[in-house]
Amino acid sequence: MAKKKGKKIVKAKVKEIKGQLGKKVETAREKMIGQSIGYRYDVNLLPDYSKLTPFLKKYIEAMGWDDLNWLEDVHMGYEEDRPAVFCRNANGWVTIPKSIKLPNNQQDRDMIARELLVKFQMSPKHPLVDLKKAYLKF
Amino acid sequence: MANLKTVSKKSKAQSMGMHTEVLTGRTQQKFFNPDEAENFYYFGTYDVDFNKRTELDVKDMTAPEANKEIDNLMSQGYGTIVIKNPQGKHSLGVGILNKLNLIFEGSLGYFGMGSCDGPIVRINGRVGWSCAENLMAGKVVIEKNAGSCFGAAIRGGDLICKGSVGARTGIDMKGGTIIIGGDAGAFTGFMMQRGRIIILGDVGINLGDSMYDGTIFVGGEIGSYGSDAVDSELTSSDQDWLKRKLKVAEIGENFDVSKMKKIVAGKKLWNYDNLEPTEKKGAI
Repeated sequence: MAKKKGKKIVKAKVKEIKGQLGKKVETAREKMIGQSIGYRYDVNLLPDYSKLTPFLKKYIEAMGWDDLNWLEDVHMGYEEDRPAVFCRNANGWVTIPKSIKLPNNQQDRDMIARELLVKFQMSPKHPLVDLKKAYLKF
Repeated sequence: MANLKTVSKKSKAQSMGMHTEVLTGRTQQKFFNPDEAENFYYFGTYDVDFNKRTELDVKDMTAPEANKEIDNLMSQGYGTIVIKNPQGKHSLGVGILNKLNLIFEGSLGYFGMGSCDGPIVRINGRVGWSCAENLMAGKVVIEKNAGSCFGAAIRGGDLICKGSVGARTGIDMKGGTIIIGGDAGAFTGFMMQRGRIIILGDVGINLGDSMYDGTIFVGGEIGSYGSDAVDSELTSSDQDWLKRKLKVAEIGENFDVSKMKKIVAGKKLWNYDNLEPTEKKGAI
């Protein structure tokens, strides 16, 4: 007598989506609105000026400003699970070199992100340098 | 920057000869040493000296001529430029992507100081519509009143009006700080997505209407709240920052910031996808 073949239970593979509700710890706000909040950091976090790095102090002085100015809106986020800062000029994330040890405090991390971003934008290897060489009209 | 990949299977658009490539990603690898770039110089900008000062009379110039002359003076290293007789001309001082100390002795018309990135500007008069639209960085100070759409779509920097401003101030702003010493009109912070607005006086109806994010601080009376604008608690960190910012703005020296109202987005209008666009690896 032929053996009855047992029914195979096929488990459907559910691909986990980063940030999906139910796949992470939601904030009260996310639970209330039923949506995942996609930001990688608190965009409204105000800078703590006591954490200014010496480089940033020199940058503020060189630009003739009184405070961080546009850098107040710069924060440390992440890209592909690596700490990163968003460069609006290159429209991409600049990942933080592994050699830089990051503190646990978000305010300190933000200052490092600001410093790194300014250095990246002033580097001759910034993508805008090539673009300007190719397309600058006047 | 996207990688480009040749497609073997032709779509209808491709067979029509409209394109032969498809975008498959957004990753670009650029390596740089964080220690190499301590020169405080952006590629393509002029190295100006704030102590080198000159005056420019624009009475008989058109706006494009005046703007070109400002650029010419920067190329000669002038870091402080005083503009005489602006006479309410439109579009003066636009597109300055340089550090510079610029002073206007008079009033500006529409779209003054638009699309700037870096300069410190003082306008000893009034300004028309859309002053400092799309400001990226820097500081713009207006000594008197401003028209509507003040600081429309700014991305960064400080925009200060010591007088009162018209309607739709900070419309669609995506960063930066707008500070108003007097009153503000209706729909202030309309559709703002990020950044901060400080109003020391009263504000009109529909404050922060459809705001997605960002913060509005109001010292006076509020005409009415817009859709999804809600009150929030003013923290000690907010108060410290407000004191610092008002000092930078040279206004409200004795203003009691502890009595200010803080308005944020209720986030009920958020219709974002689960992922940010930058997280998506598909074609954009």
